[in-house]
Amino acid sequence: MLSSRLSTGAFRKAGSMAASRSTFLPSTKVRFASSSSSSNAFESFMNSRATLASVSLFTAGTIAWYTHLYGTLPFLGEVHASHLSDEGLHPPKYPWPHSGYFDSFDHASIRRGYQVYREVCAACHSLDRIAWRNLVGVSHTVDEARAMAEEVEYQDGPNDEGEMFMRPGKLADYMPAPYPNEEAARAGNAGALPPDLSLIVKARHGGADYIFSLLTGYIDPPAGVEIREGMNYNPFFPGGAISMARVLFDGLVEYDDGTPATTSQMAKDVVTFLNWAAEPEHDERKKTGIKAVILFSTLFALSLYTKRFKWGPIKNRKILYNPPTDKTGH
Amino acid sequence: MPLSTTIYNTFFKRNSIYVATVFSAAFAFGISFDSGVQSFWDKWNQGKQWKDIRHKYVQDAEE
Ligand code: HEC
Repeated sequence: MLSSRLSTGAFRKAGSMAASRSTFLPSTKVRFASSSSSSNAFESFMNSRATLASVSLFTAGTIAWYTHLYGTLPFLGEVHASHLSDEGLHPPKYPWPHSGYFDSFDHASIRRGYQVYREVCAACHSLDRIAWRNLVGVSHTVDEARAMAEEVEYQDGPNDEGEMFMRPGKLADYMPAPYPNEEAARAGNAGALPPDLSLIVKARHGGADYIFSLLTGYIDPPAGVEIREGMNYNPFFPGGAISMARVLFDGLVEYDDGTPATTSQMAKDVVTFLNWAAEPEHDERKKTGIKAVILFSTLFALSLYTKRFKWGPIKNRKILYNPPTDKTGH
Repeated sequence: MPLSTTIYNTFFKRNSIYVATVFSAAFAFGISFDSGVQSFWDKWNQGKQWKDIRHKYVQDAEE
């Protein structure tokens, strides 16, 4: 192994080198016939105790810092003493009218869902990111949206005297929140914060299926499960105990299109509405997606064809070799 | 005259005609492709879109 790095001149002296074999131990300086002094310095750096010590210190320090920040090291298996219910029951997949690749939202359902949100959920949950104008052309006409906005008083100002004043809502105003701030919301709900619902469908694993299951999934706690006073049992909620009580009951709202307001109907409608609130671009996005897939697959097919067209002659040509004839003869 | 020669003489021979053909073909394709996809979309989602239910509420508002 050594000899491969040595010149033949050095090889001849192998006999004398064998005698001093101890000099090839890694800790001592080795000078190969071909090695330069710079790699020599590198090796002595790599072999030094100071390097070993500082690398060890750096490694230990990094691990300590990481565990301090994140608690555990990545990529190492861990054992938890937990129960499946801590994760919440997985919701079943529901056949939403909008779940297919080509399916738009069911806008009649969005409209009913808005009614459920307004009459039920809005008592506790805000919907910060939706303005009245967003409903126009989706679930309501301009006149309806304007009329609904005007029923709400908004603070505006300051006016010429520097005073804030109240005025009826406009299309550009956002949905009013039930509580002025987080503290008030917690105080009104036994310490639990009702989350803003604008993006809730995107913010939960299982999306629409999860929220539908949550709203319709309230049952009595199974034997052996203790639920604190003021909490409610819902197997779909991670941990099982949720501060929000069951809010939907048959006949709670009266739909203007005559749809029977069963619990599951209202849950479906309000979840469709919340899904729209989280993804208002949904219909347009799917339509654009159809166009993009058609165009890009056509272009892809064209490019394959062009490639074959251009390469066909090159790939199919035959190269013949005609050996020079031996003119001298045998 | 073979068809390919006719096509060549009509569209490809003069650059001005060629460019005009490309532009108007792109324009025509853009419109027909969009309206084709739109009519597929409307047929597939019949009754679900706002324009399908709008008439119920516009009349209500006028009363
Ligand atoms: C009485 C007040 C109240 C009403 C009405 C109410 N909620 Fe809640 N909601 C809460 C509270 C409080 C929480 C927080 C629960 C917790 O974290 O334990 C909550 C949490 C939620 C969550 C989040 C669950 C999660 O996974 O974190 C969703 C989704 C939700 N509500 C949807 C609704 C919908 C939809 C309606 C209307 C049909 C509604 N809520 C009506 C009080 C309410």
